[in-house]
Amino acid sequence: MSLALELHAVSKTYPPPTEVTALAEIDLAVHTGETLAITGPSGSGKSTLLSLLGTLERPTSGTVWVAGTDTSTLSDRRLSGLRAWQLGFVFQQFFLLEHLTVLDNVASGLLYRGLPQSDRREAATKALTRVGLAERMSHRPHQLSGGERQRVAIARAVAGRPAVLLADEPTGNLDSVNGTEVLRLLIGLADDTTTVIIVTHDAEVAAAARRRVRLSDGHIVDDSGNS
Amino acid sequence: MNALLPPPPPAPLPRPPRLPRLRLVDGLALGAIGLRARRIRSAMSALGVAIAVAALVSVLGITASSTSDLLAQLGEEGNLLTLAAGQTFDGDPTPLPVTSEAMVRRIPPVRSVASVGAVVGATVRRSPLIPNVQTSGISVLAAEPSLVTTMSIRMLTGRFLDAVSSRYPLTVLGRTAAQNLGITHSSTTTLVYLNNHYFTVIGVLAPVSTAPEIDNAALIGFPVANDLFGLEHRPTRIYLRVNPDQVAQVSAVLPFTASPSAPEAVSVRRPSDVLIARVEAKTASVLLFLGLGVVALLVGGVGIANIMVISVLERRGEIGLRRALGARGRHIAGQFLLESALVSALGGVAGIVLGCLVTVVVANSSGNGLAIPVSALWAGMGAAIGIGVLAGVYPAARAARIPPWEALRSL
Repeated sequence: MSLALELHAVSKTYPPPTEVTALAEIDLAVHTGETLAITGPSGSGKSTLLSLLGTLERPTSGTVWVAGTDTSTLSDRRLSGLRAWQLGFVFQQFFLLEHLTVLDNVASGLLYRGLPQSDRREAATKALTRVGLAERMSHRPHQLSGGERQRVAIARAVAGRPAVLLADEPTGNLDSVNGTEVLRLLIGLADDTTTVIIVTHDAEVAAAARRRVRLSDGHIVDDSGNS
Repeated sequence: MNALLPPPPPAPLPRPPRLPRLRLVDGLALGAIGLRARRIRSAMSALGVAIAVAALVSVLGITASSTSDLLAQLGEEGNLLTLAAGQTFDGDPTPLPVTSEAMVRRIPPVRSVASVGAVVGATVRRSPLIPNVQTSGISVLAAEPSLVTTMSIRMLTGRFLDAVSSRYPLTVLGRTAAQNLGITHSSTTTLVYLNNHYFTVIGVLAPVSTAPEIDNAALIGFPVANDLFGLEHRPTRIYLRVNPDQVAQVSAVLPFTASPSAPEAVSVRRPSDVLIARVEAKTASVLLFLGLGVVALLVGGVGIANIMVISVLERRGEIGLRRALGARGRHIAGQFLLESALVSALGGVAGIVLGCLVTVVVANSSGNGLAIPVSALWAGMGAAIGIGVLAGVYPAARAARIPPWEALRSL
């Protein structure tokens, strides 16, 4: 099985005035198709780890490989391309654009691939059907429940069938019923071509993933279920 | 560190990852997103630019409108000359020689001639009950019937003097004189009291911009002026139309022709010089007003920049999301720059419409013809877009520089 993500001796120290070392010499390899939960208490570095895996930040030292590419050598333009074509993100705050319909919110996930609007909407329709919101396409985000909004955000992340789906506290703003539904959806997305990584502080959420990595003070203290 | 690691070395990548791409049409649509999402705020930002552009367009439009009639008149009045002798110590006009009109008429390029003779000391009142010191500044001029054709004067009401009516106590009033006497129409019962004689008003002239002295005069015929006031048919001023190509040459010989014995006492004027001076006076303040308009535009631009900076701060989440979706820094910068330019362009369109409306209203109310230079519209639009782009540069650069993760975590 090929590797979707790899971290080699990755450290992240934030510049002054904080000068906090969020991650220290982390090594991690994630295979394609895995579902990985990154857990740990607040300040353990799990969100920083997600930002490095998602190429939204660069490590202070070490190398991050995404889909076989060493991201440390890539320009901002290539990194943006990597995010547009290989990575999908789901955030705790959903980040849906209120003035767009649900369909266009999902279609905006493919905006920076240069696809025509008709193609984007077609892919968005499929993704919304996949998350069970086909009948909500013409609604605005404020007309949806929290769980539905997060499902829209998931549809946006997977509309382009990314190699890696990164979710940062995806159930953080949801009640338990909606949280369970969203989690079931996320776990179910992992397949032969898609890797799902979920950052969470919720033990129940973490338990749903096949592999769990626990962080503490910027170090990996437990890696259970590693194949 | 995990005991199960390190992982196997990664396989070399055959080719670099694909680049992000944003279609032009999508980029343009992105620029309009902020406008749609924050309509009132965008409208208020655009309003500043709209007012400035309206000021620019209306200043240029009003100036063009007010000078267009003058310039047209200038073309018509360029070949009109007046000839007058000096004034006495009392300020009364000195008469020209009796032969002067006939002499002037003999100059070949002269096309038509009309003379007037001032009846010195004459007053015009509505009735003898009005004290004779209340003259309203109205003068009495004996005029030849050819005056209206030579000067191209329009009648507001009634008719002008002719060979027959010139012999009787009939008068035609200049526009200002008629207003001062409170006369709006002429009829057989409209009388004025002119130096102890009642004269019937038979007409009122339209304003004569090239000869303001006629506006404030009561015109009577030379024969009746000779009979009643002893004018002896001596003109004090001669108006003449000449061949437009020979105005200067005629001007040069006029004093000697009209008054061979005292040519130095005769002054020749070209009334169109007054029009030129008026055009210059109207356009002199344009630069000042344009300067004020540009200052207003800059203030409008600062307003837009201000709003855009706030917008960037408020939309950090959206910026972070777009970076996560694959947008490059320049895509973000382009989005905000375009938004700023669009807000300003909308202000420009509104300003042009407003400026044209103001010009139409002013031109109508002041009785001028309407003339809005197309170049003013282009300049207004160009200035609006230019100021919008300038205003957007700093906020756009700032938006592009926000690190993606920081943008996402700042909420």
